[in-house]
Amino acid sequence: MHLVLFIIFGAVCIGAAINLLVQKHPINSALSLIVVMGSLALLYLLLGAEFVAAIQVIVYAGAVMVLFVFVIMLLNAGEEERTPHGSRVAIMLGVPGLIVGLGIGVWVVTHYAGLDRIAIGGPEILNGTEGFGNPRSVAQLLFRDYLLPFEVTSVLILIAIMGAVVLARREE
Amino acid sequence: MVPLSYYLILSAILFACGVAGFLIKRNIITIFMSIELMLNAVNLTFVAFAAELKMLSGHVFVFFVMVVAAAEAAVGLAIIIAVFRTRETLNVDRVNLLKL
Repeated sequence: MHLVLFIIFGAVCIGAAINLLVQKHPINSALSLIVVMGSLALLYLLLGAEFVAAIQVIVYAGAVMVLFVFVIMLLNAGEEERTPHGSRVAIMLGVPGLIVGLGIGVWVVTHYAGLDRIAIGGPEILNGTEGFGNPRSVAQLLFRDYLLPFEVTSVLILIAIMGAVVLARREE
Repeated sequence: MVPLSYYLILSAILFACGVAGFLIKRNIITIFMSIELMLNAVNLTFVAFAAELKMLSGHVFVFFVMVVAAAEAAVGLAIIIAVFRTRETLNVDRVNLLKL
């Protein structure tokens, strides 16, 4: 059952990611990216990450993509125009990049055999799978062991808000 | 159960699609979306290893990646709006001067 669901949503994921590359209009690419993020949320659920699946839908497929679609509509972005010289160079670089990326991925996977015997120590290793990945267990780890990084992200968000307001402001 | 390697292969394919889109696409918004795709591929790796090693740290790191991605999206799209105001174009090949 898990394998069937993985194959279905993994295929949807890859298909939408390739559609993102093929589409000419940015709004079509944005909608494909929403499909990728939705199927990734389902894969997270398959992996037992309930909290991550929820914030994937809320933050990524919701907030970030609304921002993208909003900017596409605000700037009235049309079909992608092809500039003959630059695009050819980009394709000559992009296709090898794709092959190298896939090659690295396959290399990692084929060398994985000994990786599961490496003991990665840490205080938060759970003994059972009970409650693994639900908001309660994630919150206990986040607000205890990772409290300082969590507080630092609030500063990051504050700077990002101010930066966005300053950059997008109309010049007087 | 699904083997961990399947998740890693899926993640590698998504990341490679992101890299290819970053290099092939000419529209600045689509390039930005390719970066988001790469971040999502990395998140999938984090969650897959968290499930395999029974460690919750992976989920917390995904949370932090999402925070950074949201901040990056806000600032990046503001930069795109500022670029469009001054250049009247979204094509990255036409944005080749530091100062107009």
